[in-house]
Amino acid sequence: MHTKTITQLSAALRSGEVSSVELTSLFLDRIKRHNPALNCFITVTEAEALKAAAAADRRLKAGDVAPLTGVPIAHKDIFCTQGVKTTCASKMLDNFIAPYESTCTAKFAEAGAVMLGKTNMDEFAMGSSNETSYYGAVKNPWDLARVPGGSSGGSVSAVAARLAPAATGTDTGGSIRQPAALCGLTGLKPTYGRVSRFGMIAFASSLDQAGPITYSAEDAALLMNVMAGFDEHDSTSVEREVPDYTAGLDNGIEGLRIGLPKEYFDEGLDDSVARVIDAAVKQYEALGAVVREISLPNTGLAVPTYYVVAPAECSSNLSRFDGVRFGYRCDDPQDLFDLYTRSRGEGFGAEVKRRIMIGAYVLSAGYYDAYYLQAQKIRRLISDDFRAAFESVDVIMGPTSPSTAFRLGEKSDDPVTMYLSDIYTIAVNMAGLPAASIPAGFVDGLPVGLQLIGNYFEESHLLNVAHKYQQATDWHLQMPKEF
Amino acid sequence: MEWEIVIGLEIHTQLATNSKIFSGASTAYGAAPNTQACAVDLGLPGVLPVLNREAVRMAAKFGLAVGARVSPRSVFARKNYFYPDLPKGYQISQFELPVVEGGQLEIQVEGEAARMIGITRAHLEEDAGKSLHEDFHGSTGVDLNRAGTPLLEIVSEPEMRSAKEAVAYMKKIHSLVQYLEICDGNMQEGSFRCDANVSIRPKGQEALGTRSELKNLNSFRFVERAINFEVERQIDVIEGGGEVVQETRLYDSDKDETRSMRSKEEAFDYRYFPDPDLLPLELDEAYIEAVRKTLPELPDEKKARFISELGLAEYEAGVLTASRELADYFEVAARVAGDDAKRTANWVMGDLLGALNKEGKEITESPVTAEMLGAMLQRINDNTISGKIAKQVFDCMWNGEGDADAVIEQKGLKQVTDSGAIEKIIDEIMANNPQQLEQYRAGKDKLFGFFVGQVMQATQGKANPAQVNALLKQKLA
Amino acid sequence: MSVDQSDITKVALLARLKIDEADVPQYVENLSNILGLVEQMGEVDTDNVVPMAHPLDAAQRLRADEVTETDQRDAFQGLAPQVESGLYLVPKVIE
Repeated sequence: MHTKTITQLSAALRSGEVSSVELTSLFLDRIKRHNPALNCFITVTEAEALKAAAAADRRLKAGDVAPLTGVPIAHKDIFCTQGVKTTCASKMLDNFIAPYESTCTAKFAEAGAVMLGKTNMDEFAMGSSNETSYYGAVKNPWDLARVPGGSSGGSVSAVAARLAPAATGTDTGGSIRQPAALCGLTGLKPTYGRVSRFGMIAFASSLDQAGPITYSAEDAALLMNVMAGFDEHDSTSVEREVPDYTAGLDNGIEGLRIGLPKEYFDEGLDDSVARVIDAAVKQYEALGAVVREISLPNTGLAVPTYYVVAPAECSSNLSRFDGVRFGYRCDDPQDLFDLYTRSRGEGFGAEVKRRIMIGAYVLSAGYYDAYYLQAQKIRRLISDDFRAAFESVDVIMGPTSPSTAFRLGEKSDDPVTMYLSDIYTIAVNMAGLPAASIPAGFVDGLPVGLQLIGNYFEESHLLNVAHKYQQATDWHLQMPKEF
Repeated sequence: MEWEIVIGLEIHTQLATNSKIFSGASTAYGAAPNTQACAVDLGLPGVLPVLNREAVRMAAKFGLAVGARVSPRSVFARKNYFYPDLPKGYQISQFELPVVEGGQLEIQVEGEAARMIGITRAHLEEDAGKSLHEDFHGSTGVDLNRAGTPLLEIVSEPEMRSAKEAVAYMKKIHSLVQYLEICDGNMQEGSFRCDANVSIRPKGQEALGTRSELKNLNSFRFVERAINFEVERQIDVIEGGGEVVQETRLYDSDKDETRSMRSKEEAFDYRYFPDPDLLPLELDEAYIEAVRKTLPELPDEKKARFISELGLAEYEAGVLTASRELADYFEVAARVAGDDAKRTANWVMGDLLGALNKEGKEITESPVTAEMLGAMLQRINDNTISGKIAKQVFDCMWNGEGDADAVIEQKGLKQVTDSGAIEKIIDEIMANNPQQLEQYRAGKDKLFGFFVGQVMQATQGKANPAQVNALLKQKLA
Repeated sequence: MSVDQSDITKVALLARLKIDEADVPQYVENLSNILGLVEQMGEVDTDNVVPMAHPLDAAQRLRADEVTETDQRDAFQGLAPQVESGLYLVPKVIE
């Protein structure tokens, strides 16, 4: 049962083949068994989960059923959950229990989904390997010596190891897509503004977006039906009708115009990964798509620009963690200054501190124009590249990550090398576009992700394009053997 | 050396909204600490700001009232600094693109010609909380109820040349925001606060001198005193061979002096940047026109109308339009009174303001309402009482003895208009004062007043003076 | 662009982060490398480019001026390290 997709689980729950309590218990048992090796959960909410499952079973019996009713799910520990610890994987929030619920998790609860627990992540979502977590690194189920990617590393590790049938993630520079790629899953970062950010602890407000992490595009569509939508509590949430994301999954893709940005296939890309991507593109051609090379000339600027914009926003967003109203406070502060600097110095990990300092630096007097303002202008250029591209293609495809999962510790001493591993995902956040990563094959037993980038609010189309591929291939159904 | 004083004011007006600028928490004053600080006001993780429609409307209204440009597009920015009363570690304000740009205001210092003062800009921002420094075992307590209250910061050009002008400008803004009903103007509660940038330069010099920023000027009196102190201090510094340092100085009203605020561990570097949680505020032409239609008659317009339509003198019109409440009081009283606005003006400015002053009351607290005063004045107009008796009636009304008609009735103050009765009294007086009568008839005209006085005394002031005059003229001739 | 120890000290102060003396060289190296990466931006001609603060070209939505929040002080202050008489406490602030 634990290997089934959400589509299948939903059917089994409705038919009475399995109850939500049984299903929830099954996954809770799997978590107990495998979490010690993977470290993908920070908090497991066993009692609450069983209670929610029982309530879902009553709904199922009463026929008051939404597609996710009774389906277990894991949430990234960046979403505030009322009464359940929300840490953002930081010592700063080790004791933080929000008295409010994020819009995103509230919507899942309303739909009857059962929260299994809160997943590990890079501290404050800053990282590409899940090694910056205060609660320790997460392991990749395909190879425990390797990273699962980040920052949504706990979510992907949990889903890949079948400790949860689906999970939520957030993506600021690739934090859903890159780990999904490295763990062989389907991950979707929706258009900026499509999913409410209320109650989701901010890293970089103009880039952050929540999305689903699932086995299949079909499952992702089911999750999107719950997550997407306008929220009056988020000024950046878009007032726009939410389509049924499952409706167009089976549409034909004959004549689909696929653009391959030449900049995504340059020397930075591992040859072995490139071969997998080429094969996937061939598969699309076989399905009737038309492929052409395009250019996104400012691709190389995406990482540098991102490392101005994101740290600038994070340096300000993280100022509220000051040891006064909530969160970590240092022992015996001598004075106010000491309270601030030690609470923050001790409460934040090294990567978070690095980014806060970079952010404060690029915004400071004398540097603003050269760094922050220039980054905003280049952001426009990057965005314009995509606009131009979408005039002649329907979907842009390429690798999600330049390589497969790297070894734990391999890049953790060198931030810049680590940052460059997000080279193909970051530009999408800068532009605010939707993009997905889907499993497209393996290199030496490690999954490779194919990235699909769509035009604004074309999540349905992206999922349709992904689904057609998954109908023709079974990469997304492969599982790591030990789990 | 002759020095010229240069003053610019930054006035913070709390906008009179029900809820905060970015959250649904109440802005009511005086609640128990932190009971009106919601998750957004507290800057808890993950919560987000949404802008209050009414705060925007109020800002636009102000802009239109001072002839400023209401920006079709303005942007909220974060001003980053750490302080316990600033929960997020940044204040949401407007920096490069404020909602209101330009504008001007006419001020007048008594005995001087009126001057226009330029308004640089006005921008929307959130207020901070309050730090309470009384001792909590060596700690400071923080109350965040005020955090997130909408503020309109109104920045003037450095165009005021004396403390008196600064006060005149501040009073004008204070009156205006109340006319516009965008701020309650309560300075005790901190709804209307002012910082002053003060510098001096040799008369005739173009370049501005180094300024100091005076904080904590929470009354008109303090503004005047703090500026005067600061100007003297700067003159002393320069004439003593020193240099004025650009700094923030706190006005201490107990000692009547300004003093340098403890220099921070660092120079301020606010690292302003556009707030990514908020989108640009866009106000189209139709919106701005709709707001314009809601503008009330403004003080200067009202003053002009009082002069041209009601025949008041410039000075009277100025006094009566200084606050919207007073102007409203006057207009209601004049309407109820009937034809004579001038008499109403005299009564309001004389007896009423005098009585209010004596008891330290605001016009809104007057025991004699505008309707009551008007009704009394009507009784003068219709000859029920004389102006002199009216003073007695007014005092009774002030003391809560009822409205004019009740007082007149109760005290029997109604004028005697029965000519037979008056004639009878006159006859008696003529009979009792033959000497005066003879002198009068011999040409000593000023004795006429003596007879009037006698009649009034005999009637306890209740005889109709005009009637008395006419009858006396007739009888004495 | 490389930064030196004094830059690190200055920016750590601005951001209210206590950095161990021993860690400063590491931060100097890391931040210099990151700023080196960022440096490429300077080569781009952006004279006529409008800065993009936000991915979506949209305007701010306005909220009705209604009080929707109720007093939750107890719940919120349950999160706080130190409170007294409804106030958050911090070490004495000298003005």
